[in-house]
Amino acid sequence: MNREEIIALLKPIVITYAPPSAALDHINEESDFITDLKINSANLVDIVLDVEEKFDITIDNQSMEKMLTVKAAIDVISDKLNEK
Amino acid sequence: MEHRVVITGMGVVAPNAIGLNDFIDAIKNGVSGIEFDQQLADLQFSCQIAAKPKLKEEQISTCFSPLELRNFNSTGILYGVIAGMEAWADAGLAINGSNEPNWDYGTIFGACTSGIAKFHESIYKIDEQNVKKLGSTVVAQTMNSGISAYLGGKLGLGNQVSTNSSACCTGTESLILAFERVKYGHAVIMLAGSTSDSGPYVWGGFDAMKVCTYKHNESPKHGSRPMSNTASGFVPGSGAGAFVVESLTHALARGAKIYAEILGGNVNSGGQRGTGTMTAPSPIAVQKCIQNALTNAQIDANEVDVINGHLTATAMDALEIDNWAKALNRKGENFPLINSLKGMVGHCLAASGSIECVAAVLQIKHNFIFPNVNCEDLNPAITDLINENKIPQQMVSKQINTLVKASFGFGDINACIVFKKYHKS
Repeated sequence: MNREEIIALLKPIVITYAPPSAALDHINEESDFITDLKINSANLVDIVLDVEEKFDITIDNQSMEKMLTVKAAIDVISDKLNEK
Repeated sequence: MEHRVVITGMGVVAPNAIGLNDFIDAIKNGVSGIEFDQQLADLQFSCQIAAKPKLKEEQISTCFSPLELRNFNSTGILYGVIAGMEAWADAGLAINGSNEPNWDYGTIFGACTSGIAKFHESIYKIDEQNVKKLGSTVVAQTMNSGISAYLGGKLGLGNQVSTNSSACCTGTESLILAFERVKYGHAVIMLAGSTSDSGPYVWGGFDAMKVCTYKHNESPKHGSRPMSNTASGFVPGSGAGAFVVESLTHALARGAKIYAEILGGNVNSGGQRGTGTMTAPSPIAVQKCIQNALTNAQIDANEVDVINGHLTATAMDALEIDNWAKALNRKGENFPLINSLKGMVGHCLAASGSIECVAAVLQIKHNFIFPNVNCEDLNPAITDLINENKIPQQMVSKQINTLVKASFGFGDINACIVFKKYHKS
């Protein structure tokens, strides 16, 4: 799966937890979940759960801590997919 | 300085109606909210009837966002938020849209369990070593104070935000606690109320104790029979009731409508001494609670026009009437009119006091006394104490000046509150 394919699957997950905003309309690899997309930090664990289900991967605690931006999330997903 | 305290808004999610308008019609007409419950039957409960609110999708979506409803499984929070938001809007209060909380507005909103179905779901995940999959909202949905936390956030409350818990006294107690907080000037507005989860995990323990009726699985609407000679146990129920409790000065200044004044109240316990136990009320404590409430309200027992009883439809009903008669020193023809809402909505447990107080206050505001249902065969032990005509079985149109409501709960605890019609002076 390439980065474009991953981000296409990731976007609808993120949109569920983000309030409507211009940043959300222009979501890209540089978007930060908390500062740009205004996602409640408590919901980051929900995003991870949804990602695990969508991509059929398991994300460990260390990787989870890194997943604060769209780019970092794609990196983690891509690594886990490659490990499969 | 002490403030006079009034009720300026109410909301209700009851088994026989959602919202004040439908609830007034339902209680005037003796509409039952009790139905056969397939889930209880499948689980082999003795009592297979229950009284649950029937919420529509749009009633839920006006109070909760799609994100909040994701993995949401707490009926208590659902009912409490909908009732609380209705009360707030009914009082003409806006939702705080600013970044600053409203320091003078708070809530004491009672509950005895929170999200018990969510708890059930979570326990299975934990036992399957899937704690990681719980998601972020299990704590907020299952903490007992979940309901006050949800309401505090939705309304932007900056005063006390708390949940009281005192079994079947919870609803009436929340009103008394809110009344005291406003009376002594610690808050200007308190949202009071209580909520109770639906379902087998709340009701199972009562079913096991054989305190629920098992005789009406084929006749649900006749199942809850307060004061009847064939009362055979209570029908489990759920829902929520809510009140905006406000200082009179503040209410008048903003031109709010006033439902009734809260004159006073009392909460106490029999300490499980004498004949009082975990499950049986001490008559001395019940009578003392009623008398203390009247003293606190500075009214004489002879001024009481109407009583809204606890009256659950068990063998305790006659004892309760005896306690009222002794506490007020009034019997026979001199006894006030009395009614019980539980014939229509069953026993809504933690929510019973608040749903019943909504009904009680509506009677004061709209000059009527709702009918007692399912007591065409009155218990002779009750009619030995008070005249039959004191237990109306048809709606009565009548102005009520003073109404007393009491709730009693496991733990030998009591709560009694005194309401008065508000007259502009």
